[in-house]
Amino acid sequence: MTEKDYGAIFLEELIRVAPDIEAADVSPEDHIQDDLELDSMDVLNLVTALHERLGIDIPEKDYPEISTPARAAAYLERAV
Amino acid sequence: MTQDSDTLASGVGEYADTGAAPKTSNTSDDPWEGARNLIDGWQGGINIAHEALDRHVAQGHGDQIAIRWLGKDGSKQDLSYSDLSELASRFAHVLTAHGLSKGDSVFALMGRVPELYATALGTLKAGLIFTPLFSAFGPEPIRTRMEIGDAKVLVTTASIYKRKIAKWRSEIPTLQLVLIVGEGAPDDCVALGPSMAAANPTFETVKTAPEDPALIHFTSGTTGKPKGAVHVHNAVIYHAFSGSYALRLTPGTIYWCTADPGWVTGTTYGIISPLVNRVTMIVDEAEFDLDRWYSIIEKERVEVWYSAPTAIRMMMRAGNEAAANYDFSSLDFLASVGEPLNPEAVIWSQEVFGQPFHDNWWQTETGGIMIANRPGAEVRPGSMGKPLPGIEAAIVSETEDGFAELGDGEIGELALRPGWPSMMRAYLNEAARYQKCFKDGWYLSGDLAMRDTEGYFWFVGRADDLIKTSGHLIGPFEVESVLIEHEAVAEAGVIGVPDETAGERVKAYVTLNPGFDPDDALEQSIRGHARKKLGPAVAPRQIVFRNTLPKTRSGKIMRRLLKARELGLPEGDISTLETDET
Repeated sequence: MTEKDYGAIFLEELIRVAPDIEAADVSPEDHIQDDLELDSMDVLNLVTALHERLGIDIPEKDYPEISTPARAAAYLERAV
Repeated sequence: MTQDSDTLASGVGEYADTGAAPKTSNTSDDPWEGARNLIDGWQGGINIAHEALDRHVAQGHGDQIAIRWLGKDGSKQDLSYSDLSELASRFAHVLTAHGLSKGDSVFALMGRVPELYATALGTLKAGLIFTPLFSAFGPEPIRTRMEIGDAKVLVTTASIYKRKIAKWRSEIPTLQLVLIVGEGAPDDCVALGPSMAAANPTFETVKTAPEDPALIHFTSGTTGKPKGAVHVHNAVIYHAFSGSYALRLTPGTIYWCTADPGWVTGTTYGIISPLVNRVTMIVDEAEFDLDRWYSIIEKERVEVWYSAPTAIRMMMRAGNEAAANYDFSSLDFLASVGEPLNPEAVIWSQEVFGQPFHDNWWQTETGGIMIANRPGAEVRPGSMGKPLPGIEAAIVSETEDGFAELGDGEIGELALRPGWPSMMRAYLNEAARYQKCFKDGWYLSGDLAMRDTEGYFWFVGRADDLIKTSGHLIGPFEVESVLIEHEAVAEAGVIGVPDETAGERVKAYVTLNPGFDPDDALEQSIRGHARKKLGPAVAPRQIVFRNTLPKTRSGKIMRRLLKARELGLPEGDISTLETDET
């Protein structure tokens, strides 16, 4: 899978956690908490969803790496 | 006073026979006489802003840092007690310049930015009533609360205004002024930046009587709308006392309260109590971020840290390794509030920080910490601690002869003898609901608890259907009302289910209107709708579909039964059950 594929998976899981967000309104640089208004429980649920989907563990210290869709795509490609 | 504040004053007057207000001051049997010495008083009355700021400046402490503000972007801003007093004065002038006066209601809806603190203290200085709202609320909870509170002024950001307020702003008849943080503002709003810059930096604090309303904090009800708990300027006596006694706040202490001022903890112990006790507060604009938090403690040399179980459990999940490279030697006292802190987290914190988190208990209604694992006393992991001096707590149960106190080890409702200074004085315009909290000389908390033989209190659960998630109390009715606005939803029952991080998480059971099929897409559509209206903190995290919900003969959804089944507990008395869940 390419970085782009991981970006798409991330966006899918993001919207499953926070279905108030429209995919078309998300830009790659949006901060998931500051711009897209996820709260900390949402972030935990997103991490769990990515774990279930991709089988990767994202440790707490790496949470900043998934703070925007662009950063997350690059991180997931490296991590998987 | 304006007509609205007269209405408020009449609502507040109903406490007389509940004993919520303290005994008249200056009498020898006043148990709070000693605590009264912790404050100055102002022109024969009491004003919270005077106690929090101006008296420190007058006493030569104006240069001490009141707030060290840490911006999301890594910036840092120090505000001295003089600076903050000046900002509060400017804000007070902005209010009066717009014709607002004593008793009017000012709502704040923004993140943890310096303007929030100027708004809170300037509002109190001018004798107006401060009501904070949580900025992650969706438009629905914001609007309901502004309507109940007869909001005259809203202070918010351009982004929040555009997304959550603009559409219905004209439908709030009392709203006279919307102040927007920053240099610009949309139509019909006023930019706060230029107004503050042009305002006079000195303001003669308005003389307020001890029983004048100062703060309104909203709290959820099981049924009906949220309730606005009214607190008076006299509360500052208890804010001063409890901050010192339960949190060890002393002049110059470096103190970090992680709670958002949108909730009562973030106002009482995130603005008023620490400033009254002349500490230096750390204010972090950002949300929880493990490394950021640990760095703040290390770099700012935080001494007293007041946080919440959800955050503490997130730190615990990250493990000891994540904390290993940080220096926590500055920490002197750690406290936690919001929901019971599990014993493992208390023990873990002792290992990692060298200090255990001290759990304490109080409510929006009590206005301050009532029961605590106090500094210097032995911590009982998992317990909320013992009542503070002057606070009489008991476990009670209703009998044929009224409410009777239960013995040690028995489970009942946690009750308090009213009379401490920070007790609420009313639920705004809801006299009946307010009176219902008081029985036979007790204030009934709605929490079930028990006391052990050594006098420590232990939380057992809620006596009603309210949900405690991440330390916030959520009323199921408010959530259900929004769910049934979705075109597919016929009925909804909302409960809290156990969650290892948040304590409880909000779960909804819904039945569908004809023509709609239960599937993932519909689940997301309903959840998305709820999040848009309510915000992420209040909206359900999970929705399940049912053909029917368990209901009583009168058609009331039996949340208690949904919860018992969810938890695998006995179903209890189901004699009123008419239709069962399918």
